[in-house]
Amino acid sequence: MENKRTRGLYRIPYLLWILLFVVVPILLVLYYSFFDIEGNFSFVNYQKFFTPVYLKMTLSSFWYAFLITAISLLISYPTAYLLTKTRHKQLWLLLIIVPSWINLLLKAYAFIGIFGTYGAANSFLKMIGIGSRQILFTDFSFVFVSVYIFIPFMILPIFNALNELNPTFIDAANDLGASKWTTFRRVIFPLTIDGVKSGCQVTFIPALSLFMLTRLIAGNRVITLGTSIEQHFLVTQDWGMGSTIAVFLIIIMVLIMVVTGTRKRGV
Amino acid sequence: MTNAAIIQFNNVTKQYDNDPPVLDDVSFEIERGKFYTLLGPSGCGKTTILRLIAGFIEPTNGEIYFNEKKINAIPANKRQVNTVFQDYALFPHLNVFENVAFGLRIKKMKNAEIERKVKEALSFVNLKGYENREIREMSGGQRQRVAIARAIVNEPEVILLDEPLSALDLKLRTEMQYELRELQRRLGITFIFVTHDQEEALAMSDEIFVIDKGKIQQSGTPTDIYDEPINRFVADFIGESNIVDGKMLKDFRVEFVGREFECVDKGFNVNEAVEIIIRPEDLEITTLERGKLQVRVDSQLFRGVHYEISCYDKDGNEWLVHSTKKAAVGSKIGLYFDPEAIHVMRHGETEEEFDRRLETYADVDRHGE
Repeated sequence: MENKRTRGLYRIPYLLWILLFVVVPILLVLYYSFFDIEGNFSFVNYQKFFTPVYLKMTLSSFWYAFLITAISLLISYPTAYLLTKTRHKQLWLLLIIVPSWINLLLKAYAFIGIFGTYGAANSFLKMIGIGSRQILFTDFSFVFVSVYIFIPFMILPIFNALNELNPTFIDAANDLGASKWTTFRRVIFPLTIDGVKSGCQVTFIPALSLFMLTRLIAGNRVITLGTSIEQHFLVTQDWGMGSTIAVFLIIIMVLIMVVTGTRKRGV
Repeated sequence: MTNAAIIQFNNVTKQYDNDPPVLDDVSFEIERGKFYTLLGPSGCGKTTILRLIAGFIEPTNGEIYFNEKKINAIPANKRQVNTVFQDYALFPHLNVFENVAFGLRIKKMKNAEIERKVKEALSFVNLKGYENREIREMSGGQRQRVAIARAIVNEPEVILLDEPLSALDLKLRTEMQYELRELQRRLGITFIFVTHDQEEALAMSDEIFVIDKGKIQQSGTPTDIYDEPINRFVADFIGESNIVDGKMLKDFRVEFVGREFECVDKGFNVNEAVEIIIRPEDLEITTLERGKLQVRVDSQLFRGVHYEISCYDKDGNEWLVHSTKKAAVGSKIGLYFDPEAIHVMRHGETEEEFDRRLETYADVDRHGE
């Protein structure tokens, strides 16, 4: 009995934490979403969400998040694979992760410097004779910087999955006649798919709601759901609409987590 | 090279960086259709031999031949051998059927053909009806069988088994020993089995290679190796042994523990220093007067089939006796043995010299057979 009671006691701080910082905010967001800009209870925000303006925004958010995730994955998987083959893999991994400790805003400003009209990238282009180009405030720079930011989060779970992969499986596939590529396609990749899934989750979901980068790097040329929420809360003061978009964002995230949910396979 | 040889190692060495070689100038032949065992303690190089045959690693020096073709640089996926791994290495994302079908799918075989072959292989290892099971639902013994089915379904010329029974409990292990041996007879293909368990090796093999420190110490049939170990290591590793220093006075006369005995060995130099082995089961407990050795019983263990009795003679040599009869601890007893029970080992004898010496005994009716 005593044991049960102490266990209940230990649980209190966590339950409080979840209640205060997870449940209550979500309920608040839900609550606000039912009020229009004048403060009257209505479903007008939900109607507005299904107008072309917001649907297009949702679609564009998805598109960029997809691009960012796909490019990150294409870069991260081979990198993680090479990492597991290096002698000091933990050190290399650390070097890749270190940039993720730096504040996002600092990194964004650093890229403004690099991509700016008189930045390092343009000096280089001039030097090799291509000449100065508009790099900042383009789709390219937005995707580039976003990928740069998300790569460590993508590499880490994939690296872990590859690192845990029993090397005998690779021998076994070889032994049964599989070439390097077949081994990768039929054994290595399927067995590390859980790492890929969590990597995609931690990239795609935040990428959907990116907002600071859209202004600093993409110069508001890219409007995502995240940007829109920010604008509604801070600029137009339409908290109801902002909350409505947030509600949809939460629903989408939950859906993605369910779809890409990891099922642990026992061996 | 003999006609029946399917695999041949010519002076093969495997060395990593500047460490001492894992495999040191090893040469041997594997004949078609036999059950071979590579036996030795861990780290002796036996698994290295297996991995060289499978093609997972390349030799540092020397040549490996398969069907009279040099295969040093041929990658594993192009070799006519299949491996049963120590931890089975069954793919956890595929079910039993797909695991067994893996090699056939790579060969782009037709689906109907794959289905037929996989079913046949599974029924061969008594796993009919388990096709749709997931690997995690299978017990250790069943996984073992799936791994074997996955190897034999490809109809390789050689199957390599890397300590495949070590993860099973004793009863299952004994059962699988019978099954494996039976399977090899039915399939008629060459099995190369790696183990550190001498009983397993003796029970299953046509031929045993005893390996230590990257060298083959002795090769031969189980009875050869048990009855005539070439050196102290082999004698000690294969079963329990009593080993003492001795001196070969002349043919058929040997001296040890300060006394002279009749024996069946010859062809030594006069007064050559040798080592004497007597197996514990060849020692018979008797009265002090009848015994050729007089010893004091120090301790006794009940082993089920027999008692393991540890005795000491007056010089302090330990004598291990396996007997179905009990002895009283602390009592003095006599030990009797036949001349045939004495095995004489020459110091530093190579395997060829050893074999040649044994050949000469063939003329003598040594075991009274």
